[in-house]
Amino acid sequence: MRRWLALLLALLPLAPPVAAAPQAIERVTSPGGVVAWLIRQPEVPVIGLRFSIEGGARAEPADKPGTARLMADLLDEGAGPLDAQAFQLRLEELAVELNFSAGRDELSGGLRTLARNREDAFRLLGQALAEPRFEEGAIARAKRQIHNELLRQQEDPQSIARRAWAEAVFAGEAYGRPADGTPQSLAALSRDDIVAYHRQRVARDRLAVGVAGDITAAELAPLLDLAFARLPATSAPLADDEQQPRLADKVQVVRRAVPQSAIVFGLPGVKRDDPDWYIAFVLNHILGGGGLTSRLAEAVREKRGLAYSVSSYLVPLDRAGLLMGSAGTVNARVPETLTTIRAELRRLAQDGPSEQELADAKTFLNGSFALQLVGSGRLAELLVTLQRRNLGADHLLRRPQLIDAVSAADIARVADRLLRLDRLYVVVVGDPPGV
Amino acid sequence: MNASFPSLCRLTGLVVLVASILRSAPLTAGLFNPESFSLANGLQVVVVVDRRAPAVTQMLWYRAGTIDEPVGKSGIAHFLEHLMFKGTSNVAPGEFSRQVARLGGRENAFTTSDYTGYFQQVPASELELVMRLEADRMVNLRIEPAEVERERQVVLEERRMRTDNQPAAQLWEMAGAAQYLAHPYRLPVIGWQHEIERLTPADALDFYRRFYAPNNAILVIAGDVEPAKVRALAERYYAPIPARPLAPVADLSEPPQRAARRVQLIDARVNRPGLWRTYLAPSRVHGETRHAVPLRLLADILGGGANSRLYRRLVLERELASGASASYSGIARGPTTFNLSVTPREVGKLAEAEAAMDAVVSELLAEGVSQAELERVRNAVLADAIYARDNVGAAPRVLGAGLIIGLTVEQIEAWPQLVEQVTLEDVNAAARAVFNANASVTAVLLPKPAS
Repeated sequence: MRRWLALLLALLPLAPPVAAAPQAIERVTSPGGVVAWLIRQPEVPVIGLRFSIEGGARAEPADKPGTARLMADLLDEGAGPLDAQAFQLRLEELAVELNFSAGRDELSGGLRTLARNREDAFRLLGQALAEPRFEEGAIARAKRQIHNELLRQQEDPQSIARRAWAEAVFAGEAYGRPADGTPQSLAALSRDDIVAYHRQRVARDRLAVGVAGDITAAELAPLLDLAFARLPATSAPLADDEQQPRLADKVQVVRRAVPQSAIVFGLPGVKRDDPDWYIAFVLNHILGGGGLTSRLAEAVREKRGLAYSVSSYLVPLDRAGLLMGSAGTVNARVPETLTTIRAELRRLAQDGPSEQELADAKTFLNGSFALQLVGSGRLAELLVTLQRRNLGADHLLRRPQLIDAVSAADIARVADRLLRLDRLYVVVVGDPPGV
Repeated sequence: MNASFPSLCRLTGLVVLVASILRSAPLTAGLFNPESFSLANGLQVVVVVDRRAPAVTQMLWYRAGTIDEPVGKSGIAHFLEHLMFKGTSNVAPGEFSRQVARLGGRENAFTTSDYTGYFQQVPASELELVMRLEADRMVNLRIEPAEVERERQVVLEERRMRTDNQPAAQLWEMAGAAQYLAHPYRLPVIGWQHEIERLTPADALDFYRRFYAPNNAILVIAGDVEPAKVRALAERYYAPIPARPLAPVADLSEPPQRAARRVQLIDARVNRPGLWRTYLAPSRVHGETRHAVPLRLLADILGGGANSRLYRRLVLERELASGASASYSGIARGPTTFNLSVTPREVGKLAEAEAAMDAVVSELLAEGVSQAELERVRNAVLADAIYARDNVGAAPRVLGAGLIIGLTVEQIEAWPQLVEQVTLEDVNAAARAVFNANASVTAVLLPKPAS
């Protein structure tokens, strides 16, 4: 556990489970043809909506990184008849929360409203998506805010390491470009760039919508049209080329005068639609996904006191899959930490997990998933994921079986495929000796 | 609204979170409708029934934080929190965590200036297990010297990660130390490095024996449970633990502060300026407590989003900053702070941004707050109370933090009514009380100019 800081995470929603039976998921189609998945939970008079539109930073012009992010930040800065201030005032008066963000593969966003304000809330969302004003003043302001964030990221060793890792491994490809842009690329973006991205990408053909909370299917259907019906039916074509990470046995050092080095490492992973997904999922849990009980935490933190935070995680991008990890240790102990991480990768690849480890991982991954399914935002997000990944409404019933079916032989096979020391690319940001 | 406080503040993130949830709380009477009772040994138990999911959360809070540490032992409260996972005379090191993980449960712990807390979230059917294990480590902790040495390295890495690698966090630590002349809120929760290096197993054990007692704790159980069953389990596992004599809690206060302070950190790692201002402020239980709820609303009026005074003036109108905000939480055992944060666009605009920030405060004092402003933020705070009920984690956090600082269940449950009752004059009076420059610290973060 990361005690303390992890606290922030852990204390977010401590979520109990909905016995998320598939029949609890309703598929709602609006009069205008917009589809959303719904879980009704009427105990609290609140409605949460999440949506995703495939594209994101991957879809922006190669010479204009940061376009998607800038556009996303501007959606709630004035829309339809309302300028930025009037729009923000309206949101606060109604206590409606709107948010938009651009990731590597998608534009995503959400809405939270009191049930009684639902019509106004969905209308505001519709205006933000279909009629953003993109006023010059708001553009300049959003650029300043993103610029400031970019500068802050450049102060943080972990952020520097993640950026350097992606730039090295995906050099020349979409995933190698900085998703939030650079100070230079940001400065060069024009209103036309933003308008063009919006026109080409914010459409209904790559849209997934999830809704949860105090609302019925009949109530939701017309509201979906308020929010989404005015978007164009189709978006511009989206390149679907596979991106191959150029992974090699290498340690790249970015020198910075900081007391603690940030370590980021990456290996081949799996995409979400890979047949080995659940095997990799269990494997990663045993390696470094399982808090203080994972192998990396045990070896690096508990046995040797090398780091406060060490973990690994799967990164299932749409066009590439990765298994990544990170740690932070005082400069002098970087060599020992890297040696320890390598030894754990080798040991798991060679010997596989113990029967007990495998059984514990399965019970954890099944049990914790159920415990997390509560609250309108989380449920809505789950519904978006089920659609985005084509998992089907019955996925919640099949998931436990898919995890339980993972065998030690499966793990051994996928460990051979993923835990490849000859493809371990490491970035260290700090001032480590002898690296 | 890019401006943000460093995530490692004196009171740590939890208080900020609790604050943001406390602005929540249902509109109707009864925020979380808990049941509350006390065991003969003094342990107060609070039960919140939430049947939306077959899960339960146990949170055990000790009134033992950084401010309770002996002089020269900064960080021992937090260090002990780490050692609480290292086993007891009945349970092997790490075994508690492994058992929770096997159930698909989650657990963690947190330390702030005011308290230390431990929690697990597990399937509702497994409540007995975690109550048994948590009660066990209230009295049976074993502290092995070898474990202490290893964990010391972990804590030092934690300090490097959160503080020493982050100039903004280093500045925040300095600002905290400058804010308090007498009160131990001056200490960083993680401790000063040179004191962490000297903490001993005996220090940890002393702190444990002094503060980890049923009569110095609050137990919150929230989820799909029967209160009668919880009571029976509490009687079985916690009631046998004897109360301990508790040393009287010193009534620590600040002397009159007579001079504005300014701290400035210039660091080559920094590439954009930052500006914070903190004013000494009362809490819900310390000092002029009547100002606490109005201050919460004042923070939103001044810096709670895109419609707030600071954001409008500094970001929208004058274009001096990329972000501007204010924050305040009354959930503190001692004298807390009211905080302003500005992210100037560039170093050259810092002085102008600070002057504009001061002007916003002066105008607010001179002209007062408008009724329209008050109603707007009141409405938002009351809506947040409803949103909190949507989040199953809110109830145990809000109740636990409120009770541990000394509020009653009734006071916590009355939050919406307290917010409803705040008048314009209450907010203006709170503003006049809190904006005392002589009780303030201004913290400035600057890049080192290229030589």
